[in-house]
Amino acid sequence: MLAGDDTQSLKRTPLYALHLSRGGKMVPFAGYDMPVQYTPGVLKEHLHTRSAAGLFDVSHMGQVELRAKSGKLEDAARALEALIPQDIVALPPGRQRYAQFTNESGGILDDLMVTNLGNRLFLVVNAACKAEDEAHLRAHLSDTCDITALTDRALIALQGPKAEAALAKFCADVTTMKFMDVAELTLEGLPCIVSRSGYTGEDGFEISVPADGAEKLATALLDNPDVLPIGLGARDSLRLEAGLCLYGHDIDTTTTPVEAALSWSIQKSRRSGGARPGGFPGASAILSQLDGGTTRLRVGLRPEGRAPVRENASLFTSADSAEPIGAVTSGGFGPSLNAPVAMGYLPAALAVRDTVVFAEVRGQRLPLRVAAMPFVPNTYKR
Amino acid sequence: MTTLYTPDHEWLKIEGDVATIGITDYAQEQLGDVVFVELPKVGRAVKKAEAAAVVESVKAASDVYAPITGEVLEINETLGTEPGLVNSDAGGAAWFFKLKIADKAELEGLMDEAAYKAHTA
Repeated sequence: MLAGDDTQSLKRTPLYALHLSRGGKMVPFAGYDMPVQYTPGVLKEHLHTRSAAGLFDVSHMGQVELRAKSGKLEDAARALEALIPQDIVALPPGRQRYAQFTNESGGILDDLMVTNLGNRLFLVVNAACKAEDEAHLRAHLSDTCDITALTDRALIALQGPKAEAALAKFCADVTTMKFMDVAELTLEGLPCIVSRSGYTGEDGFEISVPADGAEKLATALLDNPDVLPIGLGARDSLRLEAGLCLYGHDIDTTTTPVEAALSWSIQKSRRSGGARPGGFPGASAILSQLDGGTTRLRVGLRPEGRAPVRENASLFTSADSAEPIGAVTSGGFGPSLNAPVAMGYLPAALAVRDTVVFAEVRGQRLPLRVAAMPFVPNTYKR
Repeated sequence: MTTLYTPDHEWLKIEGDVATIGITDYAQEQLGDVVFVELPKVGRAVKKAEAAAVVESVKAASDVYAPITGEVLEINETLGTEPGLVNSDAGGAAWFFKLKIADKAELEGLMDEAAYKAHTA
């Protein structure tokens, strides 16, 4: 038996019992025993999230707090800016920002969300990277910051057009929040950190809740017939349709934020000519790509036929060219589009909308068209 | 007409020297929502255990192996436009392809319904 099949060694989130009671089909994911789907299946769960509301257990993700030893939040913000190319100094209290930890060559160690909670920074990182991320933070920021992994908290995402109404039953304050706002709110008597964001392209929330109250809150949310539990399978198809990157697939240590088409996430203040240019790992590579362009780019791809084109499929300029020019990094079926969708890397010259390239699938060359992302328009509350 | 099963969750309905082949209800449940089916070309000679078709769910692609050797006589074109038929009627309308049986002796290693039920129990 493979080590990965040994479910005995898998960790469980505080919602494990709830997953089983709701018919979750459990699979190993990033060291956790997680629900890939429930009884309705990936297709229906995906469509339900886009038409009503889905509840996702994302407690496997890492939650970390940074507090400046000086007591001044700006010192923690400046310290974190030494590890990421984003502007955190100018991030207002109650706001969240998408960021990446970079390495010395400009590659991405992990992608994360950074929130200014007024007296501290709150970070949410990927499950598979959380140990390395915490070590990275301790190695570089221990002089200036107290770093606390919030291992006693669960994380629940509530996503979809009916998410606001579902959450407002517990706290009316959420209705005034806009996309990427964050507030510390009491839900079901529990002290929660609520952000208006997610990983589906839909309006919605992510709720950090004390682990011992997570099942109570999730159960209360699921008492609403508009809210169904959604597994990792639909989480993946939803984020793919939304054009969002999955770490370890679309981005990793070999891709820079610029190549990954994430330049929008690097504020002017950290670029050449900005108030605090560079000063993060890989700055020379990333700033020169921001100024002079890059040789390859992540693009959206729409297969012209019905066959899904999946991760690792090689891409070619024509139906018979010998040398691959790139590869698909995520691909599958988009239930809302009722069509296959993919993303991957192409030479920058070909990363132009409506360019046709070919993927090799089971010995055949299938045409795909370069397409704008998101594939499904997002519905964020701006 | 006899119905036989493989350990890989395919069924074969035998009529004379023609076998109609599909995947079982158990298999479609394991796969989840089927979104695409790729079928062999009519006239192709397939060998036993060779990948003859592909069935794709939202999550993944799975090969369907030829349970016996033979020539493809007919394919179920409906699956091209209605792949979801595999979920709703795996044992009937969602047949994949028909083979002209090359060697009836190959049928002897297959399971009957009772044996298959025990296999999936």
